[in-house]
Amino acid sequence: METTASRACGVHAARLNLADYAVNFSDAHPPLTRPQALVEAERCYYCFDAPCATACPTGIDIPSFIHRIAQGNERGAARAILEANPLGGMCARVCPTEVLCEEACVRNAHDDKAVEIGALQRHATDAYFAQPGAPLFTRAAPTGRRVAVVGAGPAGLACAHGLALRGNDVVLFDARPKLGGLNEYGLASYKTTGGFAQKEVEWLLSIGGIEVRCRQVLGRDITVDGLLQAYDAVFLGLGLAGVNALGIAEPQVQGLRNAVDFIADIRQAEDLSAVPVGRRVVVIGGGMTAVDAAVQARKLGAEQVTIVYRRGPEGMSASAVEQQWAQTNGVTIRHWAAPQELLSEDGRVRGMRFAATALDATGRLAATGETFTLEADMVLKAIGQSYLQEHAGAAIALQAGRIATDAEGRTSVPRVWAGGDCRAGGRDLTVEAVEHGKVAARSISAALPG
Amino acid sequence: MADIRSEFLGIRSPNPFWLASAPPTDKEVNVTRAFEAGWGGVVWKTLGEDPHVVNVNGPRYATLMSQDRRVIGLNNIELITDRPLAVNLEEIRRIKRAWPDRAMIVSLMVPCVEESWKRILPMVEDTGADGIELNFGCPHGMSERGMGAAVGQVPEYIQMVTAWCKQYSRLPVIVKLTPNITDVRQPARAAKAGGADAVSLINTINSVMGVDLERMAMSPHTGGWGSHGGYCGPAVKPIALNMVAEIARDAQTAGLPISGIGGITTWRDAAEYIALGCGTVQVCTAAMVYGFKIVQDLCDGLSNFMDAHGYDRIDDFRGQAVPTVKDWKQLDLNHIEKAVIDQDACIGCGRCHVVCEDTSHQAITFDKQGGVRRFAVNEAECVGCNLCASICPVPECISMRSLAPGEVDARTGRTVTGEYANWTTHPNNPQRIAA
Repeated sequence: METTASRACGVHAARLNLADYAVNFSDAHPPLTRPQALVEAERCYYCFDAPCATACPTGIDIPSFIHRIAQGNERGAARAILEANPLGGMCARVCPTEVLCEEACVRNAHDDKAVEIGALQRHATDAYFAQPGAPLFTRAAPTGRRVAVVGAGPAGLACAHGLALRGNDVVLFDARPKLGGLNEYGLASYKTTGGFAQKEVEWLLSIGGIEVRCRQVLGRDITVDGLLQAYDAVFLGLGLAGVNALGIAEPQVQGLRNAVDFIADIRQAEDLSAVPVGRRVVVIGGGMTAVDAAVQARKLGAEQVTIVYRRGPEGMSASAVEQQWAQTNGVTIRHWAAPQELLSEDGRVRGMRFAATALDATGRLAATGETFTLEADMVLKAIGQSYLQEHAGAAIALQAGRIATDAEGRTSVPRVWAGGDCRAGGRDLTVEAVEHGKVAARSISAALPG
Repeated sequence: MADIRSEFLGIRSPNPFWLASAPPTDKEVNVTRAFEAGWGGVVWKTLGEDPHVVNVNGPRYATLMSQDRRVIGLNNIELITDRPLAVNLEEIRRIKRAWPDRAMIVSLMVPCVEESWKRILPMVEDTGADGIELNFGCPHGMSERGMGAAVGQVPEYIQMVTAWCKQYSRLPVIVKLTPNITDVRQPARAAKAGGADAVSLINTINSVMGVDLERMAMSPHTGGWGSHGGYCGPAVKPIALNMVAEIARDAQTAGLPISGIGGITTWRDAAEYIALGCGTVQVCTAAMVYGFKIVQDLCDGLSNFMDAHGYDRIDDFRGQAVPTVKDWKQLDLNHIEKAVIDQDACIGCGRCHVVCEDTSHQAITFDKQGGVRRFAVNEAECVGCNLCASICPVPECISMRSLAPGEVDARTGRTVTGEYANWTTHPNNPQRIAA
């Protein structure tokens, strides 16, 4: 029911009835029932040299896990998934499958529909995590080697798990109070309901040999040099700690926030009705973070939510499916506009003026001279994050602003590997971060003297 | 519009679709519903002597299903009718009177004693039924008592009982055959020798549906113990078609009317049985899976098929495919086919490649230059086995091309002559006939 509070201007909590929060933040894509999973599994053609598996950054043997589902062997399906991707449960929820495995599915030919690989992967991993039984994987004999893993996001977790599996002792550091990185702090709540991120972390740690140290900030509490003295190798899965600025004046006013902070607040909220949101919200950016922030703003009760992006829909790093998800949730997406001036009054955001953009004759983005204003009491910045060099230090060579590595994740500094979003050259996907961590664990283990 | 009326042994029915002797034809209420739905006839569930048999009160049926829970096969351990003979006879009489245009065949199973047959036959004839079907096929339960398949497995018994029936009844006699034998021509010949007017086949196949791996017990089971059942449904159709064709093309039984049974679910299935010589077809599993209404789809489909092919009556195409069924030794060894992949239809799953590579003749190449997956037939290795076309998930994507006379078979380097030659004259055949 609509109340006065729900329509008040400004940034307010409790815009909705309590029951609405539960509905709005329930699973965005409910899991397949077992009969649905069996029928969907049967649709898989079990391709030779399967294109879906090739398209998966972690190379999961997708036809095998799907056929194991079809045969009622969900544990075997989970093994096929988790041995290629230890964070296969989270990836099943957050992977943009429409541009990865499902895009490659041969079923797409002749306007057919791809097998729902992501949903099946979730079915298998959910079934496994609901009743894990005996351990799927056991550690190799102790190597006596110790490795420091800094950052417990998807890359660090995958690396720590892979290192522990090979018999190494791992100390896993993270700056935050909880492990998981973006899985815990950076994804929309409706993508990972029921505390799945922590459940997955618990399972990853259950391999043994991983000591966890939270609230350890690199560059403050620990340093790369210090770790190199105490450990045989170091893996940096630092993520991107910096938030890109709008490039215009950003006055200290109420209502102007980083989208990542807004998302983290929602994820960590004990009570969603306590999370404040504007009545009119503008989100600036074109990636998954923009979509997650915008849709959750709507779900918290914002009346008007607009994503503004400086280029066209094809330029957005949020996939077409993500864009549609935003739109079906009542978010307006405005393309070809760049922020020009934040409007505020009495220390509060009042709106934002945008400059219309277009590609000029040389193909470069340029302002057309037209402007427009969107009224807003909340403006969320989601124009990307950046690598902050201050944490790991200047000794580690960068490439395009992020840590330069070889294919196995080796940095310019001996005995230091890196992976995940902090590593140059990726698409900032969870599943790629997992692959980085997995490959680095293999590389580190091979490099350590036996 | 095609005329799908049927006349089989002089028994008329508005269509060739009869319900087979089975649970759907057990009672007046079922059969009335069947006739209301449009079935051309029924073979009443097998009658036996009083006191009537009893059935188990646990599972009588089990199915083999695809993942989307479509029934592929059905197994049953139900016995013949478990109601008093007089009740059945009275209901048959009432039904026949109420539905004079429908075929009413009564299935019978009594001990292999002349007196038993002599006693029951007049009672059946008295109901006004159009014919009898001798159940020499039930493979479960009754066979342990020397009836059903136990009779059907001994040609001498078939001939003897058939002869009694012809002797003590004026009704046309259809002998229902069991597939649980090695050569179906033997029981068919025995039936003919005994004077049978027709044979019907197949009855169900001995089967154990599976094992309950949690209880380590066969399934289905009744209180922990099970017994083999009779298997039917779409999965048995190829077995039944072979047996029908064997009888249709056997010199000794050629021309003997056949009522085809086994997995008929669609009009196409029925048309295939008719093309192999059947005058009527009998349906059970499909009705037990979908209900009686399917007969309307069967009639409509058959009628449209006949219209499309210019067949006015069922007899116009009945048996037309029989001459194409031969012994292997008669097949033309000079006929050469090669697989052809329609690259536009191909979706690139690569199953043809991997199965040919792993299990056949390494005749489908794979390359993914420029990221495009391309599968192509290497005619120098292709033996025309049809495996690729048989497992391709895309309809009509892979087809088989016959080499025309004058073309060179890339595998053997030999020019196709177009001359027929079979194994009987082949040089590798030690028993070859001199050309």
